[in-house]
Amino acid sequence: MGAVLDYLGGLDWSPLWITLQTALAATFLSFFLGLWAARRVVAAGPRVKAVLDGLLTLPMVLPPTAAGFFLLLIFSLRRPFGSFLYEQLGIRVVQTWLGCVIAATVIAFPLMYRNARAALEQVDVNLVYAARTLGMGEAELFWRVVVPTAGPGVASGTVLTFARAMGEYGATSMLAGNIAGKTGTISQRIAMVIQNGDYLTAGVWVAVVFVIAFAVILAMNLISSRGMGHVERW
Amino acid sequence: MAMSLTMEAEKRLGSFQLSLSLTSGSRRLGILGPSGCGKSLTLKLLAGVQTPDRGRIELDGRTLYDSAGKVDLPPRQRRVGYLFQNYALFPAMTVAQNLAAGLHCPRAERQRRVARLAEQFQLTGLEDRHPGRLSGGQQQRVALARMMAAEPEAILLDEPFSAMDVILREELQGQMRAFLTDYPGLAVMVSHSLEELYHFCDTLAVLDGGKLLACGPTEAVFRHPEQIRVARLTGCRNILPARPAQGQSLYLPGWDVTLRTAWPVNARVTAVGLRAPALRPAGESGGENVLAGRPGACVSTPFQTRLELLPPGPGTEPVWWESLPDDREAGNAGRLFVPPEAVLPLREEG
Repeated sequence: MGAVLDYLGGLDWSPLWITLQTALAATFLSFFLGLWAARRVVAAGPRVKAVLDGLLTLPMVLPPTAAGFFLLLIFSLRRPFGSFLYEQLGIRVVQTWLGCVIAATVIAFPLMYRNARAALEQVDVNLVYAARTLGMGEAELFWRVVVPTAGPGVASGTVLTFARAMGEYGATSMLAGNIAGKTGTISQRIAMVIQNGDYLTAGVWVAVVFVIAFAVILAMNLISSRGMGHVERW
Repeated sequence: MAMSLTMEAEKRLGSFQLSLSLTSGSRRLGILGPSGCGKSLTLKLLAGVQTPDRGRIELDGRTLYDSAGKVDLPPRQRRVGYLFQNYALFPAMTVAQNLAAGLHCPRAERQRRVARLAEQFQLTGLEDRHPGRLSGGQQQRVALARMMAAEPEAILLDEPFSAMDVILREELQGQMRAFLTDYPGLAVMVSHSLEELYHFCDTLAVLDGGKLLACGPTEAVFRHPEQIRVARLTGCRNILPARPAQGQSLYLPGWDVTLRTAWPVNARVTAVGLRAPALRPAGESGGENVLAGRPGACVSTPFQTRLELLPPGPGTEPVWWESLPDDREAGNAGRLFVPPEAVLPLREEG
């Protein structure tokens, strides 16, 4: 027993904090961006809708390394936008924690967007009309009427987004790299220690991911179920 | 107490074109028309949740919309309430939260007003329930209360009694009657049910295919529809080809009979409407305004029997009339008397 505790105490736990922070930040950003994008797409005309929807879903469909390639094209210090960010605003994305967040957000965003869009499209338009005639402003009716009514879809989108952000590997490793203590996420740590043959450490990290992911998803479901008392079981 | 409404609106939706011009001074306006005629669209244009392509909407002196003057008040500024056919109660909110949705005042005041609304509309005890757990009657009361919370100057009732069983409909009609008695603003009711509109509204507008066919006092529109389509929509079952004849009469070629009418006849008349409830068996001897034919089919319903009188020759429609279910002689009647007030001269639209 003591040997196990010693072993655990000796592990570098930074991947845990980096992954959690990244996943939470990416989920937070995807939640608002996804809802906003879904709202815009739902209001769009049919042709614009089809094009926008394709673009917004793309990161989920592309191989993560392809997404990583595009991200490097944008943010690399040797490219125009990346160098503008660094020289004018002092912001560096490649090989930083910000890069982790951006990579995870880009990959996980389509999950939130698609779920939110499907949920919004199922909302009865009469609810929106009723809210307007009752004097509610657009922002008020979106957050107080539409989103709660679309509750289950929005909740499931959020959960899936968190899970995907926690597990992101391909785009992250290309954009942010696996710098211990700065950008080394759990997925990347697992890949690294397996390459070195250390299956024990890999197994520990897999167990950690398992427990955390399950706990957070459970918590999200419990919290959102309180707000879904109106949904019937069938 | 009058409440003036002027509405001119044109709107195209796909292949459907709404084009109407309506003025009414009454507080209880009904809109009658078949499905797809544009009734709900008219309400939505009034409420502001949809916008006409062109037109002008004025309510009690206030301009709600004017394409020429570039006025288009958003729904929240129009003071127009809307009762949706499916009530549109917010499912994620409790009854109390639904009622408060139209109120924008400090919390204490809001709670006070919600409590008073709940009392007025017999909702006490239900404040913490969700709409999904309410009965049909309770849902309608919540929808009415929520609409009235915002103190609208006009209310729009979209087919308030459609698609419900007889018992619930009677309960809700009673509720609505009591509610409308006290409401001082304009109430516009849309329905395809003649009985409801006849009962609730003193002015009736008849809509079909996006066009306003008639608008006038309800009683008058029913008693003398003037147009063939309006007669059909107000429930006249017998519409036969006819032409003007001497002495304020109409000649029916198919039946070879001339019927005197109480209504004015002009050269545009091409048909006659005979209101089924007014027809009754005539004696054996002659007399004016008698249709002679052969008894045809009988259709029994619980409260009346509908009988068909076949014309003497081919090539023309039969006439339907009604009798009480226990009238055994009715099936043998071959001659029907038509009172002059029930002989309606009809012309094509316009």
